[in-house]
Amino acid sequence: MKAARVAFGGALHDAVPHADGVQLEDGRVLAEDAVVWLPPFEVGTIIALGLNYADHVKELSKELTVTAQDEPLVFLKGPGSLIGHRGFTRRPNGVNFMHYECELAVVIGRSAKHVKRADAMQHVAGYTVCNDYAIRDYLENWYRPNLRVKNRDGCTVLGPWFVDAADVPDPHALKLRTLVNGKLTQQGSTADMVNDIPALIEYLSAFMTLQAGDVILTGTPDGVLNVNVDDEVVTEIDGIGRLVNTIVGDESFGR
Amino acid sequence: MNSLLAFSSAPYRLSGAVYGTLLNHGVALAALGDAMNHAPFKAPPQAPVLYLKPRNTLASAGSPVCVPQEFGELEIGASLGLVIGRTACRVSEAQALAHLAGYVVVADLSVPHSSFYRPSIRFKARDGSCLIGPQLLPCDAVGAPDALGLQVTVDGRALQQTSTGGMQRSAARLLADVTEFMTLRPGDVLMLGVPAGAPRACAGQRFAISIAGLGDLEGSLVAEWVPERVTEERAA
Repeated sequence: MKAARVAFGGALHDAVPHADGVQLEDGRVLAEDAVVWLPPFEVGTIIALGLNYADHVKELSKELTVTAQDEPLVFLKGPGSLIGHRGFTRRPNGVNFMHYECELAVVIGRSAKHVKRADAMQHVAGYTVCNDYAIRDYLENWYRPNLRVKNRDGCTVLGPWFVDAADVPDPHALKLRTLVNGKLTQQGSTADMVNDIPALIEYLSAFMTLQAGDVILTGTPDGVLNVNVDDEVVTEIDGIGRLVNTIVGDESFGR
Repeated sequence: MNSLLAFSSAPYRLSGAVYGTLLNHGVALAALGDAMNHAPFKAPPQAPVLYLKPRNTLASAGSPVCVPQEFGELEIGASLGLVIGRTACRVSEAQALAHLAGYVVVADLSVPHSSFYRPSIRFKARDGSCLIGPQLLPCDAVGAPDALGLQVTVDGRALQQTSTGGMQRSAARLLADVTEFMTLRPGDVLMLGVPAGAPRACAGQRFAISIAGLGDLEGSLVAEWVPERVTEERAA
């Protein structure tokens, strides 16, 4: 089953897919662009992975001071960075390298502490798509990746659908891709994760209790390219969803 | 945390978003010396150095904090917590403090680590490692936030006596620089920064953080309980 959270007619609603767009829980059927899409579940802690696809590690190797990897590279993001499907993300004037990252987002369904790999998938409620933007102009080598790069307002795009885990037989065999203005710029497979989902849950739950609503952004494959104002960026994962975002300039924000 | 610190004025309770600030204390930064200019850092920090304390870390004042067996001790980071009262987006330094609901004491307990480059979140995101309390004090009851006496005691002995002063960025400047790129919402907490020389403590010890006008935040350290099967695997 797929579910979304949308705003329409002055209220928030749960919605499900419909041939003509979306259907609200009260029966109304609406076009996809007639509603405002929110992140599709109540988001708790946002846990993100850096360098979790081998080819992306190679891609960024020039700027990596440290390459040896003995544990997953994990960072955290705050709730202020979240936006939903069909949202707008600001590209500050004058930056040179702002890029998308198409990622499988794993949503925790029940508390996990000291969970072993073999039991880990029982704690997964479902999945959605994330576009985890970064602006590399702001990269500093202090507590990388620093929040000014990765935790900006509107730079964590989630949606459109929350997809039940039961409907995704193998989350490690999903093709993912990014299209900028319709042109394919990034593609990969979740089969190529360095640390797979059970490994991540085992690792994280050894020191922190994962709770329902926490989300793990599992990293991105290579192919991250700069985006510009007015670009339409589509991050897509087969069977999970097609997440649309548009880049806007400072002018939209009165800057 | 079962009930995030509640108080009697808006926004009535914390949102659960807690951000820490590192290397804001001038002495802490200066201690790095010329190393800042070399790999892996290559340059001193420009923007505020920030991190998150996720919701699993949050606990009330007085809660016991678990010390992982493999590390043996925790560093007791004491900071003034700035509690947002009004949504703060691109606030000016002059207007910044008007966006606060007030102040709290924050105890940020970390596994001691020397890396500032890309430290593992294992060191800072452990369950129950961030105590907030004992109460929220409104701004007018506290006065200027940048010169408050701060003391950390362990088992009754004062191991750190300093103040909230000497920061690279004052509370107002920090709020201005942070909200330039990330909006803070009512109930969010931004830590001003832990002064250099944070003491360490072991399981069985008690600590207290006192910030002038805000009261004492107390806590105790206990040995972490680990399921047997995990212990066996570690031994193997």
